Amino acid sequence: MRWLSNLRFRLMATLAPSRLERELNEEMAFHLDMEVRKLVAGGMSPEAARREALRNFGEPLRQREKARDSWGVRWIHDFRSDLMLAWRGARKSPVLSLAAIITLALGIGGVTAIFTVVNGVLLKPLPYSNAETLVALNHTMPGIGNPSVPLGPALYHTYRDHSRSLEDIGLWRFTTRTVTGAGEPERVRAISVTETLLPLLGLDPALGRRFTAEDVSPASEGPVILSYGYWQSRFGSDPDILGKTIRLDGTESPIVGVMQPRARIQDVETDLILPLRLDRTSQGVGNWSFPGIARLKPGVTPESASAELSDLTPLACELYPGIPLEELRRREFGTVATPLKEAVVGNAETLLWVLFGTVGMVLLLACTNVANLFLVKAEGRARDVALRKALGASRERLARQALTESLTMGLMGGVMGVLLAFGGVRLLLNMAPTSLPRVDEIRLEPVVLLVALGTALLAGTVFGFLSVFRGGEGSLATPLKEGSRGAGGGQGRARTRNALAVVQVAMAMVLLVGSGLMLRTFVALQGVPPGYQRPEKVLTFRISIPMSEAPAGEDVIAGHREIVRRLSEIPGVTSVSAAASVAMEFWESWQTILMEDYPVPEGDANPLRRLNWITPGHFVTMENPLRAGRSFEWVDILEARPVAVVSEAFAREFWASPAEALGKRFQTEDEQPWKEIIGVAGDVRTRGVTQPAPALVYFPFVMEGLWGDEVFSQRSLRYAVRTTRQSATDILPEAREAVWSANPDLPLSSIRTLEEIFAESIAQTSFTLTMLVVAALVAVLLGMVGVYGVISYLVSQRTGEMGLRMALGANVAQVRWMVLKQAGILASMGVGIGAAAALALSHLIVSLLFGVGWTDPLTYGVVSLSLVGVVLLASYLPARRAAGVDPTEALRGD
Amino acid sequence: MGRQKPDMIKGTLDMLILKIVSMEPMHGWGISERIQQLSRDALQVNQGSLYASLHKLTREGWIRSYWEVTENNRRAKYYALTRAGERQLGMEAEHWDRLASAVARIMAVS
Repeated sequence: MRWLSNLRFRLMATLAPSRLERELNEEMAFHLDMEVRKLVAGGMSPEAARREALRNFGEPLRQREKARDSWGVRWIHDFRSDLMLAWRGARKSPVLSLAAIITLALGIGGVTAIFTVVNGVLLKPLPYSNAETLVALNHTMPGIGNPSVPLGPALYHTYRDHSRSLEDIGLWRFTTRTVTGAGEPERVRAISVTETLLPLLGLDPALGRRFTAEDVSPASEGPVILSYGYWQSRFGSDPDILGKTIRLDGTESPIVGVMQPRARIQDVETDLILPLRLDRTSQGVGNWSFPGIARLKPGVTPESASAELSDLTPLACELYPGIPLEELRRREFGTVATPLKEAVVGNAETLLWVLFGTVGMVLLLACTNVANLFLVKAEGRARDVALRKALGASRERLARQALTESLTMGLMGGVMGVLLAFGGVRLLLNMAPTSLPRVDEIRLEPVVLLVALGTALLAGTVFGFLSVFRGGEGSLATPLKEGSRGAGGGQGRARTRNALAVVQVAMAMVLLVGSGLMLRTFVALQGVPPGYQRPEKVLTFRISIPMSEAPAGEDVIAGHREIVRRLSEIPGVTSVSAAASVAMEFWESWQTILMEDYPVPEGDANPLRRLNWITPGHFVTMENPLRAGRSFEWVDILEARPVAVVSEAFAREFWASPAEALGKRFQTEDEQPWKEIIGVAGDVRTRGVTQPAPALVYFPFVMEGLWGDEVFSQRSLRYAVRTTRQSATDILPEAREAVWSANPDLPLSSIRTLEEIFAESIAQTSFTLTMLVVAALVAVLLGMVGVYGVISYLVSQRTGEMGLRMALGANVAQVRWMVLKQAGILASMGVGIGAAAALALSHLIVSLLFGVGWTDPLTYGVVSLSLVGVVLLASYLPARRAAGVDPTEALRGD
Repeated sequence: MGRQKPDMIKGTLDMLILKIVSMEPMHGWGISERIQQLSRDALQVNQGSLYASLHKLTREGWIRSYWEVTENNRRAKYYALTRAGERQLGMEAEHWDRLASAVARIMAVS
């Protein structure tokens, strides 16, 4: 029960100390009174008695203190008074305090926001069980210059049956299907997976079952698993969904499962999951079409797995027909296992760390500014502190007060920063390139918030120490004697502030150099001819004609031709065509091309070139003029003529001028009929403007003799519609009408203008650039403020000296020059250090640069000069003030 | 009033207060006077320590306080022993006995 009464007492002492105080006072007064009475009764005079009693009693203040100490709540009271002092101190210099808090908030908010993104994308493990043992599998063929292709099915079976490094392996492929039946026809994204993939990833359906080995056999009816989102949106979360069917591409497919909410494969939540049907008996070595994911056995590294899988190649060639082993050897065929997270995240890593570094630097800048502010405040209080020391405050008490104050401000800055971070994350997600992986997993998590608050507290502590050790110096007498022009500790403080200003300029330099380099990259990117003109006038969308609608090649030709015809009838449309992929869509297909006049020497690998399938009018719509010859006509396609068009880059490989390519022939495989080159088109940058234009071969979208005897039909085409209207999207409603009048079951998917496609391809650069420029501007601003502060301070310190000089005959210009010289020295030091730091850091962002070297002298030169100029500008006002000083006033001092 | 700086072993003041109050409830001044009287002026309590002690004892729950009007019609804070305080007093007295005897034994060695 002791602890209970103890607690009760302490509570009362904390919550109602005034009552205890009053009682104590009354008690002591009573005590004193009684003592006096006793003495008077013993014969003393009242006054003498009073004096004696007081003397006996002891110093009242001390006695009270002692009594209060026994209450056991001293530390709470101290803390409270410290807080009140901090509050009052902040209110006394509101501008300073507010500036400090806001600066801190901006810095911490920015860092927290970026860190949230970095955490979600780079640091968090993938949302699969034991994600560290998962790897992505690819084949590599350096012998023909091909760094990475997906897996071939024969290899997949071989690895499944014979590999000792893998627990299991699965293949997948993104695809699309048209869903018809109840409701509007729509084109949905789907992923086809082998039956091994879902268990491999540890993804269990919420309803129903996964695929079995029967489901992936060619004979199966093709069951479907729905994603949670699609089940909700299309089927209204129907609880009896299992067993119902869905009409895909004209075929009824049974629904056997529904996935958990937000389940993703390869960072994409597709609407449907379909079985990947691989017919073992007819799959040969080749057909590199299916990315693979595998789980390593415990203790196996990706490198050793890569080696083991590559070693299984001969076995695969033995077990399955197809490309012979010698050919694979020539291509230096191998298999590579990459940790899955790396494969998903890709090169977003560089980008994100650059951002983090950038914002981190801004935070540091903000902190140096705040440190400056604290120093100013400490100086302003130097007398205060000296006085308190004289009155008996201990050093620890003073230090504790200073720390409490700075911690409070740090905390307030931190809380504000976290609030800003919420908004900042939202902003970042809006601005980020759509190719940013794992966007779904970017959330403000407790870890991040703790980091933010921890940073705030750390900052607060550091600033507190700064004020204590830089503000509490100097002898006791000095500040009281010499008024505001304190000598003594002034020396050290000036040096600190100088150092801070130099650091600020240096960091601004680094950020400006970074922005400069990115700006030049951006300009260079804009200047690269992509392979088409006036992209803002071209609307694109994808249409796919399914097998059920058009079983044979002629039907595909007729179907697309009709759509093209209807689209060209829309008023304001100048040209319509379609292609399997349009520049920069990153959609790739490779094919062996054997030139008639350039036979492949023995021992060399067959050359592979990129393909595209097009309708007539493609180059007209793209405004990509032909360099020689002509493009396809509908009659070429209808009569299945063996013709092809090649890109300039292709022609340049073999002939001096494009015209020489006309009439030359090639085969796609040894036994196939020859194709004749009838035209040479301008280069197109299919892989983005940073890569050189590849050697491309264009085929008609329906042709024979590509692989074997069958007719090849490219059913899924991206339509491009060029219009003279103000904006290409204006014709969208009419385009929809036109397509549906030809065929009501065909949805338009992936609707964008050509300009948007281009913008997406340089989105990463644009984004980095924007962030760096913003950060650099903030840095310059902060730097200017910091320099202004330092120079002002220096000027105020040397007012006396300047007054003297002027009294001795120095003119205004000379005084001003003195100040500017000092600023100039600071600036040069800052620029010098900053340039060195920038050199050290900018080679880290080389992968983001284009058209400019990381040591680009133009950028460095321009930035250095501008920064020095800015610093001098910031010092102009204080310089003028110094020159405007009245000598007599200055000499008189405070 | 010849007074020497009283040497109080820490904690004995607490015990003495408990003892005084166990005889009858008393206010702070009264306790101080009583200690002086009963010890025949050998012990003089420092007022600050007295009140500190009183508050500590109240906090521990060994004594409780209440306000009352004295004979002279003044308000004073009286302290009385609680049951827990009684037990505590017994323990402390015993402890003191043992301590005193131990010290005496050592000092008796010639």
